[in-house]
Amino acid sequence: MILHELLSYELLRVIWWALLGVLLIGFALTDGFDMGVGALLPFVGRTDVERRVAINTIGPVWEGNQVWFILGGGAIFAAWPPLYAVSFSGFYLAMFVVLAAFIVRPVAFKYRSKRDSANWRSIWDWALFASGAVPALLFGVAVGNVIQGVPFHFTEDLHTIYEGVWYMKFIGLLDPFSLLAGVVSLAMLVMHGGAWLVLKTEGTVQARARAYGAVAALVAVAGYALAGVWLAYGIEGYRIVGDYLTDGPSNPLHFEVAKTATWLTAYSARPWIAVAPALGILGGLLTFLGLRAGREVSTLLFSKLAILGVISSVGLTMFPFIMPSSSDPGSSLTVWGASSSHLTLFIMLVVTLIFMPLILVYTAWVYKVLWGKVTEADVTENSHSVY
Amino acid sequence: MEFGIIELSRLQFAMTAMYHFLFVPLTLGLSILVAIMETVYVMTGRPIWRQITKFWDTLFGINFVLGVATGITMEFQFGMNWSYYSHYVGDIFGAPLAIEGLMAFFLEATFVGLFLFGWDKLSRVAHLVVAIGSNFSALWILIANGWMQNPVGASFNPMTMRMEMTSFFDVLFNEVAQAKFVHTVSAGYVTASVFVIGVSAWYLLKGRHLELARRSITVASAFGLASAFSVVLLGDESGYNATHSQKMKLAAIEGMWETEPAPAAFTAFGFPDQAARETHYAIHIPYAMGLIGTRSLTTEIPGINDLVAAAETRIRSGQIAYDALMQIRVARDAADPAELARFEAHAADLGFAFLLKRYVDDPRQASEDQIKAAANDTVPTVWPLFWAFRLMVALGFGFIGTMVYFFFFWTSSFRGARFPRPALRLAVWMIPAPWIAAELGWFVAEFGRQPWTVDGVLPTALSVSALSMTEVALTLAGFVIFYTVLFVVEMGLMLKYIRKGPFLDVAETETWAAAHRARLEGSRVTAPFAPAE
Repeated sequence: MILHELLSYELLRVIWWALLGVLLIGFALTDGFDMGVGALLPFVGRTDVERRVAINTIGPVWEGNQVWFILGGGAIFAAWPPLYAVSFSGFYLAMFVVLAAFIVRPVAFKYRSKRDSANWRSIWDWALFASGAVPALLFGVAVGNVIQGVPFHFTEDLHTIYEGVWYMKFIGLLDPFSLLAGVVSLAMLVMHGGAWLVLKTEGTVQARARAYGAVAALVAVAGYALAGVWLAYGIEGYRIVGDYLTDGPSNPLHFEVAKTATWLTAYSARPWIAVAPALGILGGLLTFLGLRAGREVSTLLFSKLAILGVISSVGLTMFPFIMPSSSDPGSSLTVWGASSSHLTLFIMLVVTLIFMPLILVYTAWVYKVLWGKVTEADVTENSHSVY
Repeated sequence: MEFGIIELSRLQFAMTAMYHFLFVPLTLGLSILVAIMETVYVMTGRPIWRQITKFWDTLFGINFVLGVATGITMEFQFGMNWSYYSHYVGDIFGAPLAIEGLMAFFLEATFVGLFLFGWDKLSRVAHLVVAIGSNFSALWILIANGWMQNPVGASFNPMTMRMEMTSFFDVLFNEVAQAKFVHTVSAGYVTASVFVIGVSAWYLLKGRHLELARRSITVASAFGLASAFSVVLLGDESGYNATHSQKMKLAAIEGMWETEPAPAAFTAFGFPDQAARETHYAIHIPYAMGLIGTRSLTTEIPGINDLVAAAETRIRSGQIAYDALMQIRVARDAADPAELARFEAHAADLGFAFLLKRYVDDPRQASEDQIKAAANDTVPTVWPLFWAFRLMVALGFGFIGTMVYFFFFWTSSFRGARFPRPALRLAVWMIPAPWIAAELGWFVAEFGRQPWTVDGVLPTALSVSALSMTEVALTLAGFVIFYTVLFVVEMGLMLKYIRKGPFLDVAETETWAAAHRARLEGSRVTAPFAPAE
């Protein structure tokens, strides 16, 4: 097959690097407010009916949103197999916790209101809270670790070996910078969940969501700015040294990598990428103002811009690195050495170009169909068919 | 057998996969049954069909969510526990998983939310889309699994130390994958049919919801009859495929130690003895195996002993490939063309050299005994396969019998005749049977592929992540506790809603009727949760 050579291997790798970002952002924009609503649930809903209102704002959409997570896993597997192999086995116990949260959350949505007992419902409420807050925190912690580099190396056969004893692989993730990244991630998604609830509810639930969302927006902006300063002065970066091929075989060991003083040299090399962090800060501040001013649709939009800015700033700053190795920089995963083959990237791109627009269209259609507020009357009058 | 990280990881994978497959077959089948029931409702406009649809829909929802939730584990577990596998074959194996998400999973999960809408125009679209989506999901997953059984359309790249795709169409139209897909979804349809018939039979026994129960049996038995034939026929197709793609699996299932003159006999019963390499007290059906396996009277089916000898030859050839690979890897781009040619000539057997890695770090240094041991390792443990297969086939024929009985009885039941109570009781007791058959089927497919994760390409022992026993033991314990709780909760809710039966209160029925009138008049229902008045 010659068809796939229409697009150069180098270009396909850059496209798939961008698509990796699209998937992560798509996940954060959709499933993000599910997690945010989960984390806010005990605070915005004090009575059973209030909680059911909050839950039913995401009731019909969480299943589709969660697919972004699953698709993210599948796309990383297909387009970046070494990343899939190294990150999930490296973050093993943390991944288990995230999986547990993602398994329990759907079940909690679905089963919570199927029995009338207060105990039953309270257990599921806690499950919803934990399964929203914990992964939101852990995703940020993982990003914090990736920015600093992760201690792993490859053998000659490309077996992944992770340094350190098993409990340090989990506890060791929780260093101060990564915890800060975790807090930013949690605050950002709580902000997003708050903005969503403001749009979809009214009355008491809406007022509380507005208050908590505004606090979260400020925390997110402050934490993100602090992380930026930290990155400038306290965190080492990585760069590829010597000659290398951008269209050579995908073998991470074919690259020589050295540590540098800071990642932020990327901003002098590619000044335009400053758009991303600016968008992150600006979006966060606008969300705060929008929440204070009682705006609904525009606030959710601002919140989306903030998430877009924050996540893309991480990728753009690190390019071409995807997952550097702190203990053996030569094993680092880069865009040029950790992708699938030319053919696979091409086929996956064709499939994505066909189906991603369809997904966006029908997802938008479903959201349009579901447009409107969820009220207390809705959940009490339709208790057989809603959660 | 010593119990190490490989065995523990396998146990976890088997546990989570088999658990996932408790929910998948019912999703596959019930999504279609509910879509059929709703179609009948739309065509006839009779409220009873609406009630039927709505009732099975509730049970579908309780089951569906756990299928989705436990599927998440599957998508990530390859990277977590099988990282070398993920690196080695991700270029091929990852693609169908990602396409499954893009093409199918997004569809079903997005539209399943509209079920909550209750009842208006959207509902029928949503049911059909979810049925199509979940069946497409199965297609892509089985394309991925089919490739593990019969790895076509890929070759090893010495520069990246992994398998890479050479033809997407070969992967897509892999004969093993196609047969497995139809076999698996048919098994799902049978599962849902047996489930619907069983629950309905319980209502008939209790004298409750007779209208719902009889009509449900009508739909399920007709659908189940076609599916039960399909599942057995396509199972046979899988067996036929195995004669050229997975000879060892087939020989192990048959407990066939020696190559027999064609056409071989089928061993209906016996006690396979791995150590002595014979099957005691065997009862043979002459010619049957030769006919099933080769569809000819003259083609031989090789026995286990001959296959071990063939494996030994391939291990020696694999050692040459491995040696050439080491030279190429050191030289990188400047590799000697003669070495490349030597590698290409033996590349197909590289996986067999990896079998030696269990015994020696460098396969080139293996002793004669180690080569013999590695060749013997290509034989999976025979007796569980032998028995699991026979039990599955027996259940398959049992389903055909059940469906024939209920299908040909339903017409008379509407004329006033009644199902005999023993038959109804049997139908209730039959409910777990399709699940047992499905799990046995997966066991035969996956255990029968051992010692390989990808047949002839990558041994299981090499595929595993470099994790500590503690980590895997912790997650395994976590999954066991977690999944047990979820299972108890799920069963509790299923039983609660089956006991409760369909909604019968007047207000609900009125709402249905109103929404239905609205549909007939073509008016739109716009606000969520607010049925049209």
